Amino acid sequence: MAEIKITKGLDIRLEGKAEYVVKPLFPTKYAIKPSDFHALIPRMLVEPGEKVKAGTPLFYNKDQEQILVASPVSGIVTDIIRGDKRRILEVRIDADQEIDYETFEKRDPIALKREDIVAQLLKSGVWSMLRQRPYGTVACLNRTPKAIFISCFDTAPLAPDFNLMVHRQDDVFQAGLDALAKLTSGKVHLNLASSVNVSQVFLKSKNVQINFFKGPHPAGNVGTQINKLNPVNKGEIVWYLRPQEVLTIGNLFLNGKYDVSRIFAVTGSEVQQPKYVKAFLGASMKELLEPFTLNSGELRYISGNVLTGTNVGIDGYAGFYDNQIMVIPEGDHYELLGWMMPRFKKYSFWHTYLSWLTPNKSYRLDTNLNGGKRAFVFNGDYEKVFPLDIYPVQLMKAAITQDIDNMEALGIYEVEEEDVALCEFICPSKIAWQAELRKGLDLMRQEME
Amino acid sequence: MKGIRNFVDKIKPNFEKGGKFSFLWSVFDGFETFLFVPNTVTKSGCHIRDAIDMKRGMITVVIALIPALLFGMYNVGYQHFLAIGEIADFWKTFFYGFLAVLPSVIISYVVGLTIEFYFAQKRRHEISEGFLVTGLLIPMILPINVPLWMIALATAFAVFVGKEIFGGTGMNIINPALLARAFLFFAYPLKMSGDDVWVRIGKHHQAIDGFSGATPLGEALNDNIAAIHDTWSISDMVLGFIPGSVGETSFVAILLGAIFLLITGIVSWKIMLSIFAGGYLMGLIFNLVGANDVMLIPAWEHFLIGGFAFGAVFMATDPVTSAQTETGKYIYGALIGILCVLMRVINPAYPEGMMLAILLMNVFAPLIDYLVVQSNIRKRVKRAKDVMVKI
Repeated sequence: MAEIKITKGLDIRLEGKAEYVVKPLFPTKYAIKPSDFHALIPRMLVEPGEKVKAGTPLFYNKDQEQILVASPVSGIVTDIIRGDKRRILEVRIDADQEIDYETFEKRDPIALKREDIVAQLLKSGVWSMLRQRPYGTVACLNRTPKAIFISCFDTAPLAPDFNLMVHRQDDVFQAGLDALAKLTSGKVHLNLASSVNVSQVFLKSKNVQINFFKGPHPAGNVGTQINKLNPVNKGEIVWYLRPQEVLTIGNLFLNGKYDVSRIFAVTGSEVQQPKYVKAFLGASMKELLEPFTLNSGELRYISGNVLTGTNVGIDGYAGFYDNQIMVIPEGDHYELLGWMMPRFKKYSFWHTYLSWLTPNKSYRLDTNLNGGKRAFVFNGDYEKVFPLDIYPVQLMKAAITQDIDNMEALGIYEVEEEDVALCEFICPSKIAWQAELRKGLDLMRQEME
Repeated sequence: MKGIRNFVDKIKPNFEKGGKFSFLWSVFDGFETFLFVPNTVTKSGCHIRDAIDMKRGMITVVIALIPALLFGMYNVGYQHFLAIGEIADFWKTFFYGFLAVLPSVIISYVVGLTIEFYFAQKRRHEISEGFLVTGLLIPMILPINVPLWMIALATAFAVFVGKEIFGGTGMNIINPALLARAFLFFAYPLKMSGDDVWVRIGKHHQAIDGFSGATPLGEALNDNIAAIHDTWSISDMVLGFIPGSVGETSFVAILLGAIFLLITGIVSWKIMLSIFAGGYLMGLIFNLVGANDVMLIPAWEHFLIGGFAFGAVFMATDPVTSAQTETGKYIYGALIGILCVLMRVINPAYPEGMMLAILLMNVFAPLIDYLVVQSNIRKRVKRAKDVMVKI
C-alpha cells in the first residue's frame, strides 16, 4: 500500500464546482452513441418503435459479434439517427415511467469460473464497460488482461467525487471487484487518492491491491497509474474501468439486473449553484440541466470534463462512460491586441502571464483557442505536465508523421487521449494533440491487429 | 475597438478565397491576428486552452532583448565619441547610436519579413512569429560598420537557406540569425573582423591618435593580454563600454534579459547554466595548462568578452535549434561552453568561438536528442523482454 507521488502535472482551477448535494432526476430521453466506443462498428438489433427493457441489447460489434451494447432504460426506441454514409450516430430511447429490467441470473462471482463471468458480462452488455489499453477500445474478447486498473478518483478540473457514487454500496462494489478479480491473470489495482476523504467502501475493498496516489492532475488518470504500476508492453493488454462501472458489474451478479444509474456532477462557470444529479447513463443534456439556471450568452455543453469531454450541445446526450457535465462560455469573439495584454482574467501555465502568482484563484475560461496553429517551437514544458516515462513531443511527432516504428518504440501502447490532454492545453503552437494521437492509435491498431 | 474591427471585417472578404487580393491572404491574416486574437474556438480535444500563443512567446524574447539593444545603441555612440575624442552628453551619445543602429534593424525586418510573408502565402499558412526575434537578433550580433546591403543579403540568405527550405519556423536545424552572421563572416571576412569594423567613426570625423578599434577578444587573440587590462577596466567589460557587436557588449544588460527570460520560463535555464559551466571549466583547464598568454585569461573573463554571454542567453537557447530533451540540454549547453573557449584559445583564426560553437552544436543537437531518446526506447524494449522471460 505504498503511496506513489506524482510531481509533474497541472491543476487548472475553474469556477463552478458541484456542491455535495445529489438531486435525483427522472429524464425521459436517452441515447446511446456508437461513437463513444473507439473502433466499434455497430450492427443494429432493434428498430425504431420497438420496446426494450433496461439491458436489452441495442446493437453489436461487427468485428466481435458477442460484444453487445444494451439499452440503459426500458422504453421505446424512437429513432436511429444516421450521419454520412449512413453511419449510426445515435440510438434514441424514450424511457418508461417505471424502469423494467431484463432479468439475469443472480450469482455469487466468487463461486463462478472465469468463463461463466465472461458469459454473463457478454450476455448482459456489461462487457462494453470494460475498456482496454492499448487503443482504448472495448476490451477485446479471447484476451486475458495482465491486470485491471480502477481509478477511484478524478483529478481533472471540477471532476466528480467518486466517494459519493459508492456511498452505502459496499456489497455491490465488492461483488463487482470479485467478478473482475476472476477475469485477469494478474491483479486488480484499486487506485485511491492519498487524502483523508476516501470512502470506506474503497478502503475496505478486498480481493484487490490498493494503491495510493498523490499529486496534481493527471494523477487520477488511469494512464498515469498504469505507467507507474505496471506499464503496458508490446503485446500485452490491460483493462480499466471506473467505480460506476464496477457497481454495474456488481449489480449484475448480485441483483441480476442491468443497472446503469449514474451520478453526474453538473459543473462549469455557467451553471448557477452546480450540484450532482442522479439519472441513468446516456440521459439527455436538456433534462440533466433542467433543474439548473444557466447564465445567458452562447454556451458550450460538454459531456465529460473540459479537457477530454465531448461537445454534445444542449440537444445532445451524456456519453456512455461520462459522469460529468460541463457548461462553459463559447469564445468566438475577437480580442484587440489580446496577446500583448496582461489578461488578468485568463489562465496560463506559462509565466508570461501573471496567473502563476495566484495559484488558488479560480477562472472562468471560454473556448477561444487563444492563438493560431503553428509548428512545434517551444519545448521542455510539455514534460512538466506529463508524468509518464515517455517523451511526449517525440511521440507526437511520430504520430503526426505516421511513423509506426517510432510510435511503438516511444510507447504509444501506453497512452490515450486523456494522457496528452494537458500537453494540448498548454501548447503555444495550438497543436491538436488528442486528435493526432488518436489518428496514430488508429493506425497502429489497423497495422497490428 | 469596434471601429477597427468593423473596418477589418469590411475589407476581409477581399483577401479570402475568391477575393481580389486572395494572393495576399497570409499577409492580411498576419496583420489581422496581430491586431486581434482571432475568434477561433476549440474544435477537438481540450475545450479550453492556455492563454499563451506563439506571438506571446516571441514578444517575450523581444522584450528580453531590449535592454541589450538600448545599451548597444548607447555604446555605439559612446565608442564613436571616444574614438574621435569628443565629449558628448547622454542623449547625444544615445541618439548617435540610435540613428546608426536603426537602419540595420529596419532593413533586417523588411527583408526577412518579406521572404516570410512570401513563403507563408505560397504555403497558405499563417505567418509564423519566429522572425520577430531573428530580425532583431541579426543587427545585434553584427559589427556596427557592416553595410546595409550586406545585412540585407545575409538576412535573405539566412531566412531562405536557414529556415524556409526546411519548412519554416520550427523546422530549421540551425539558428537563422547565427547563419546570417556566419554567412557574412565567411563571405566578407574583411568586413566582419579586424580593427576597423567595431567602432563607427563616420565620414566627417577622424579617430584620435592611438585609437586602435580592436575588441578585447581581438586583443586577447593577438596575445595582447596586457592591452586588454590597460585599455578597459573590469567594470567597463561588465557594463559593456567596450567595442564589439552591437548587442553583445554589456554583461549587465544581457543579464537583465536573462533574468526576464528565466522568470517567464520561455527558454531553458539548463542550457544557459551548462554553457557557463562548460565555458568556465574549459577556461580553468587552460589556466592550469598555461602554455601561453591566451590560456591565462581568467576563466570568468571569457564571459565578459566577445559574444559569450549574448550567445549563451539568446542564441543557444533558441528552442527550435537547441537540444529538446532535458538531459540533452545539459550536454548541448556544456559542449557549447567548452567548444567556445577551446576555439577562442586554440584557434586564433576564428576569434568569435561562440558563433561557431553554437552553430556546430545546432547541427549535433538532433544527435544528442536521438541518443537520449534511445535510452528511453531501450528501457521500454528491455522491460518487454523481461516480461517475456518471466512467462
